[in-house]
Amino acid sequence: MLHIKCPYCGLRSQNEFSYGGDATVKRPELNKEVSDQDWDNFVYLRKSPKGKHLELWQHISGCRQWIKVERDTLTHEIFKTLKATEEV
Amino acid sequence: MQKYSVFSLIKNAFKGHKDWEVAWKDPTPKSEYDVIIIGGGGHGLATAYYLAKEHNITKVAIIEKGWIGGGNVGRNTTIIRSNYMHDENGLFSEFGMDLWRNMSQDLNFNVMFSPRGIINLAHSDAQMNAYSRRGNSMRLNGIDAVLLNREEVKKIIPMADFSENVRFPIFGGLMQPSAGTARHDAVAWGYARQADSMGVDIIQNCEVTGFDVTNGKILGIRTSKGDIKAKKIGLCVAGSTNILAEKLNMTLPIETHLLQACVSEPIKPILDNVVTFGAGHFYCSQSDKGEMVMGGDLDGYNSYAQRGNLPTLQHVLTEGIAMFPFLSKLKMLRTWGGIMDMSMDGSPIIDKTHIDGLYLNCGWCYGGFKATPASGWTFAHTIAQDRPHELNAGYSLNRFSTGHLIDEKGLGTKTWIS
Repeated sequence: MLHIKCPYCGLRSQNEFSYGGDATVKRPELNKEVSDQDWDNFVYLRKSPKGKHLELWQHISGCRQWIKVERDTLTHEIFKTLKATEEV
Repeated sequence: MQKYSVFSLIKNAFKGHKDWEVAWKDPTPKSEYDVIIIGGGGHGLATAYYLAKEHNITKVAIIEKGWIGGGNVGRNTTIIRSNYMHDENGLFSEFGMDLWRNMSQDLNFNVMFSPRGIINLAHSDAQMNAYSRRGNSMRLNGIDAVLLNREEVKKIIPMADFSENVRFPIFGGLMQPSAGTARHDAVAWGYARQADSMGVDIIQNCEVTGFDVTNGKILGIRTSKGDIKAKKIGLCVAGSTNILAEKLNMTLPIETHLLQACVSEPIKPILDNVVTFGAGHFYCSQSDKGEMVMGGDLDGYNSYAQRGNLPTLQHVLTEGIAMFPFLSKLKMLRTWGGIMDMSMDGSPIIDKTHIDGLYLNCGWCYGGFKATPASGWTFAHTIAQDRPHELNAGYSLNRFSTGHLIDEKGLGTKTWIS
């Protein structure tokens, strides 16, 4: 069982959260020319590292806020949690 | 190579089973091969076997970090099927079904292929409509499919929950009678033994640490047992695909996730078929030893752990009990996890890459085991001929940028949602 520290609610069990994927993926800017390759990178291509991974979670059965979690994909250790708008 | 038969068994029994030949050797790597396959799982071993058998390429090495068959080929729920709607998946898998049917004879190794049929349960009228559409698509591709109503399902699996006022009543199901199961370890061992006998070097406990790529061409690999040269290298590493791709400076449409499975204590025969729950993600069959073999959802977040987390298992087994209430009385014998190369449309990739001589076989998601023979056969063709076979032409790497996705489940890129 993962225990995730929601920046708004404190330490809660994994059951209250839903996963939102890689948080380092950046959507190409709106109203600008986007190359096919940039769009491809955003939609499909993932590094999926073994080790530290910055990812999005939503506290869906709690405050419903999106948050960022820095977690190890091999040991499942959680190093840091942030609000979605904060940078590491 | 010693032929396995009832006579060799009797003969060796008289000698106290002391004279059996080793099934495969433990060679030290040569300095150069024609083809190197990275990954000694089912797909890698099958690829080496078909390279030797179909294309007469025998100067081949399989490089395996751990031991052969220790990854997903030893961790799956042994289900074999071809009940797909899309042509690419259906034709590829049905080609594999023919290889499965002849595999024990072909490999001279009893893989215990058991075509016991798979039933996907439906729990609404809409789901029955969707199954009838999928069944028709299957039949157009020459795959057997039977749409069952509630009474017909009840005759086959009377122990399922047919009581009144259940949350997910059984409306019927889609059955592929020719689907089934096989002994997963035997598949790895059978391919390994035959590949070895035709001259393939199976090199275990040897980790790939880097690649030698010059001017867009692959020249060899660096390993924990030294450098090895080869002009053609095939990647068959499932859950480790992203790790090796990083060493090649490639980013792939793959995420690595964890999938759990479990078996109950052994009980007397009760379930003849493979059955899947239609209102969630749960599948179940009974092994020859009597254990109920069960699996379901991914753990739901990127993971390389090869061990699972309890909340997912509880969720999956809740679905199982909704389908088969008797499961609640059983004790769990073992649970385990494997790491899945989840592609962004749920279908695999068997293709060349932008690096000359480097070939990619990955993205098997939940369905790698059943694809073992077809994957090996088509990957061997792709490597030997330097172009995909028509069976795996749809499984191209660039289909994500060209828009030719094969999204069987319509899930899109959120691979953890199931």
